[in-house]
Order: sequence, then C-alpha cells, then structure tokens
Amino acid sequence: MVTVNGAEKDLSGKTLAEYLMLADYNARRVAVERNGEIVPRAQYEETILKDGDTLEVVSFVGGG
Amino acid sequence: MGIPTEKEWKEALAKRQGRELLERFQNASVAVCGLGGLGSCIALCLARAGIGKLILIDYDRVDLSNLHRQQYKPKQIGLFKTDALAENLKEINPYIRLETITEKITDDNFFKLLKNAQIVCEAFDDPEAKAVLVNGVLEKFPEKYLIAASGMAGLESANSIHTRKVMRHFYLCGDECSDVENSIGLTASRVMICASHQAHMVLRILAEKKDA
Repeated sequence: MVTVNGAEKDLSGKTLAEYLMLADYNARRVAVERNGEIVPRAQYEETILKDGDTLEVVSFVGGG
Repeated sequence: MGIPTEKEWKEALAKRQGRELLERFQNASVAVCGLGGLGSCIALCLARAGIGKLILIDYDRVDLSNLHRQQYKPKQIGLFKTDALAENLKEINPYIRLETITEKITDDNFFKLLKNAQIVCEAFDDPEAKAVLVNGVLEKFPEKYLIAASGMAGLESANSIHTRKVMRHFYLCGDECSDVENSIGLTASRVMICASHQAHMVLRILAEKKDA
C-alpha cells in the first residue's frame, strides 16, 4: 500500500503521473513529496510507486 | 515631530522584541514573490516587525481593480508594484533595506533572483505559477525556507485559514480549497489573514519556533 496524504491506497506499480491523473489532480498545479524528498516535475512519468511509499501531494488553487 | 533616527527606531523595536530577536529580524533577508493581495500585506507586516531586508519581486503595475485588497493607493495606479510598494514600505519603516526586481520569475533568472534570500514567500495569484515557484525552490534551494499560500478566496470562515508544515522547510498557508474561480473573488480581510499567516511563519522561523 502507498500512503497518500495520510490515507492508504493500492497504487503499487503505478507511476506518479498515472496516480495524479486518476485522482483528478492537475499535474501543473501540484508539488509532490515522496518519502521525504521532492519529486522533480520532470520525473512524474518515470516515478513508479512502491509498497511502503509515502506521498504528500500539495495542490494549489488560485488567488493571492 | 520629525522621523526618528535609525538608532531611536531600533531602540524602540528592541524594547518590544528584545535585542536578540531584533538582531535575528534585522539580519534576515526575505523574498516576497508576487506583490498582490498576499505579497503587499506580507511585506507590510515584515517591514513593521523590523526585518532587515526584503526582496520584492513583481513585473506588474498597480491597477484600479487591485485597490480593494492590495496595499496601494489610488494615486499609485499605473506605477510598477515594486516601486509603489517600496514607497509605502519606506513610509512605514524608513530604515528597511529593499531590493526591487521588476521582472517575471523564469527558469533563467530564478537562481539569480532568489539566491540571496534566506526565506522565500510565494504570493502569486495563478495556481500554475505557484506550483512552478514552489517546485523550483524545493528542487533548487532545498535549504531555504519556503512559505506558500493556497486557498483564501471568498467569504468562507476566517477560521479555516491555517498554516501547515508540509515538508522539512516548506509551509503552506490557506484553507487549501477556496479557489478564486469558484467564489465571489478575493476579500481584503481573508487575503490579509492568509498573508498574516505567511508573515507570522517568517517571524516564527527566525525565532527558531519552526513548527506551524
């Protein structure tokens, strides 16, 4: 299982880009930390999620 | 009465904050990226608190539509926000050091613009620009502190705006959901609450109180 923002999800084997699309995130509006490290935006497609991974996804909305 | 001297100014701040804290504030260099509702209010709070240096970054000019929430005056319409805010901040704190950068932050100038900042405040309006800046700082400057904002539009409760420590050096302020696209727009009061969260986190980091 992969823990995403505190909730366990069955995402093992999926890429980060696939998960973001599945969860309806706009990849151009997020920052993602995986196991305590920022995932560079250019690596979303090639980052494969594994059992035990912890993801923190921050999504930005407009206004400032 | 005339404007106090720099010595009188610092004595007055030291009396309230203590010498040690004032010294930390005075030695700090904080970048404010975007000088709209968030950025202009963050800068005002930090100038009053006695932060030594602010790096003010925005490429835009003051517009009539900004005045309901941003810290500018009608006579400043048409000026670059960097120049207008510098003028307003100097009226509040004549001894603050200001670096104004009237440029759009891009991949090319990113490193140069932010390298001297100890703490970076993200204060953009556009969600994609927010994400570009946040990812850029986290990737290229992992040792800098970053305080970003997301979700402060509309007339939802003031109490839902919070500060959250997301990563080791990354804090997020806002309710994380109120999008300007789905609301009546931005109100000065709620934007200022969010900006105050950001400015307050700057002061807390400098005071070594690093939890949110």
